[in-house]
Amino acid sequence: MSTFLGMPGPPLRGAEPLRGAEPFPAAAEKALADSQLRRNLAHATSTIRAKRAAVVAEVGDWEDLRDAGAAIKADVLTRLPELLEQLEAAVTARGGAVHWARDAAEANAIVTRLVRATGEREVVKVKSMVTQEIGLNEHLASEGIAAVETDLAELIVQLGHDWPSHILVPAIHLNRTEIRDIFRREMPGVPADLSDDPRILAMAAREHLRRKFLSAKVAISGANFAIADTGTLAVVESEGNGRMCLTLPDTLITVMGIEKLLPTFADLEVFLQLLPRSSTGERMNPYTSLWTGVTPGDGPQEFHLVLLDNGRTRALADQVGRAALHCIRCSACLNVCPVYERTGGHAYGSVYPGPIGAVLTPQLTGIDGPGDPNASLPYASTLCGACYDVCPVKIDIPALLVELRARVVDAERGRKVPGGWAAAMKAAAWVMSDPRRFAAAERALGLGRLVRPRRLPPPFSGWTRSRDLPVPPRQSFRSWWHSQRGGR
Amino acid sequence: MRIALIATCLGDALFPSVPRATARLLRRLGHEVVFPAGQTCCGQMHVNTGYLAEALPVVRHHVEVFSAADFDVAVVPSGSCTGSIRHQHAMVARRGGDEPLARRATELAGRTYELSELLADVLGVTDVGAYYPHRVTYHPTCHSLRMLRVGDKPLELLRAVEGIELAELPGAEECCGFGGTFALKNSATSSAMLADKTARILSTGATVCSAGDASCLMHIGGGLSRDHAPVKTVHLAEILASTREDPA
Ligand code: SF4
Repeated sequence: MSTFLGMPGPPLRGAEPLRGAEPFPAAAEKALADSQLRRNLAHATSTIRAKRAAVVAEVGDWEDLRDAGAAIKADVLTRLPELLEQLEAAVTARGGAVHWARDAAEANAIVTRLVRATGEREVVKVKSMVTQEIGLNEHLASEGIAAVETDLAELIVQLGHDWPSHILVPAIHLNRTEIRDIFRREMPGVPADLSDDPRILAMAAREHLRRKFLSAKVAISGANFAIADTGTLAVVESEGNGRMCLTLPDTLITVMGIEKLLPTFADLEVFLQLLPRSSTGERMNPYTSLWTGVTPGDGPQEFHLVLLDNGRTRALADQVGRAALHCIRCSACLNVCPVYERTGGHAYGSVYPGPIGAVLTPQLTGIDGPGDPNASLPYASTLCGACYDVCPVKIDIPALLVELRARVVDAERGRKVPGGWAAAMKAAAWVMSDPRRFAAAERALGLGRLVRPRRLPPPFSGWTRSRDLPVPPRQSFRSWWHSQRGGR
Repeated sequence: MRIALIATCLGDALFPSVPRATARLLRRLGHEVVFPAGQTCCGQMHVNTGYLAEALPVVRHHVEVFSAADFDVAVVPSGSCTGSIRHQHAMVARRGGDEPLARRATELAGRTYELSELLADVLGVTDVGAYYPHRVTYHPTCHSLRMLRVGDKPLELLRAVEGIELAELPGAEECCGFGGTFALKNSATSSAMLADKTARILSTGATVCSAGDASCLMHIGGGLSRDHAPVKTVHLAEILASTREDPA
């Protein structure tokens, strides 16, 4: 297909993993023009939504579980420093090494140093959001180290030189024909007539990966949970590739956001029920790997845990915003979001898309002036509330979005010349806080009966692109009420 | 019961048939309806766009007008305005450092009800004696569903209407894409959501699409009108107010 002028391409990828190159509305506009993408997304999200709803409905005490999940996470955040030290002591006591990274650059440098020390040039990876957040693969590549993704969807995205568009299903924006074409182009040794049968595609990937697993000496993973009192780490997955990475290599390096802690082993009971049902719509995920430090003669003999801040303490300091740190990355909120369903993940410009991305991303990065694309993220929602309803740890995402919108607005207040929105909102507040001014405005509206434009100027042009304006009434309610002396 | 009518700014200025129908219905059910004259707006648009400081005088005005008025309960023919009064007013006051205002706002919110809540929970009626001989599909609106949790109350009220033919709306619980200023700031995404909603409305074969919120209906109606679709939008209050003698 040839590209002609004026045809929107896909959303532009930003230089940073947590910041897009353009604001959400512009990126969304491009994504919406891709009808194949919209079909893929609508199909994938509605399937997973239905699966989730069915397995959640089976659990009689689901609401209690959600309350428990939220309470445990809130507790963790209030005593995070103490719990982190407890974790460090427990991991160290069991033969692991703990490293602290303030930001992406520090974490990348630590991992690079650790890989270098092994003398290896290739590492296998377990799917992990946090290593995407710090751009680890790109950094390792620049240091001459190849990182091979072993999760099927992550591998597809990596081979396609693409970027993930969903937390759990990174290749949700691709269909099987597109995937087949990527394999044919990028995977050594696949037959030229490879079919797009999902089973055949999975077999091809399995063969490719098996070679990598058997030769890998170093693995890099994220973690779903870390238990402070035992020093145990947990990875939850579906394909078994994680299990291979976590057991076969000699050296294991785990990178983890500092908010992933749970106080005790017993707390896992709650989360191992909440997570699989919310994320893949399964009662239980096929593989749950737990490991504690190093076990002589069994599994990796060298274990490093890199604890990453990268904006988390900034979010933690915020009494309201810190709730976003409860997130267990189940992606249920993405799958129910009507905005995400139509724009896909790339429009958000961050490795964390969808409703949680819209509240987490700007908190992790901070907002760098009104021109920052991340300032548009809290507005990427109708506040319909579907995300809050499904969130297993009860993050009130709509309330957080409103709070973050207020932060964006407050940050702009310092500007000498207020923007169009600020001026309009000020004027509206002036009118709406006084009944005489409000009545006068209503009379002015009556003029709209004479001129009912099909197109309005910005910022109202957004309305008339797909909607007619209502015909203003001959008489407002209040004037009718008075004329009828109490509406009789 | 003495019921104060909150007309909402949109109902007052653009859709007066909605507060009129609300008053007519409640009177027919034997209640006294008052309209505190100083009322303007709940401030929802400001809050949801992030202009909390601007919302403060609007919220204060609402609280002052209704604190001064004499009534038992207040009714709002809008799920989202009720949601704003119930879940946002105290927060706006607190953020503005006005704790006494927050307390008064909470007290008022405690006796402010969305129309279907008032009918079902406070007045305890399901059959309001309405007559509406049309094929109707009902869009439940996000804030009624997920902020107020009105559940099936509006549908139960509609089922009891004589002559009505209710057509189930596929994907009813999905947002129509309005979202207040979202429709302007993210108009492409909003339009895509609206197109899916109107297609589903058309698939029901209904001639009327109803909802409990004039703002969502303005959005859906604007889309239907642009497409020249043979479906009109009618607020829940108007259907419930309609009778054989006095049809809507
Ligand atoms: S915010 Fe809640 S629903 Fe969304 S990914 Fe995180 S835990 Fe899951």
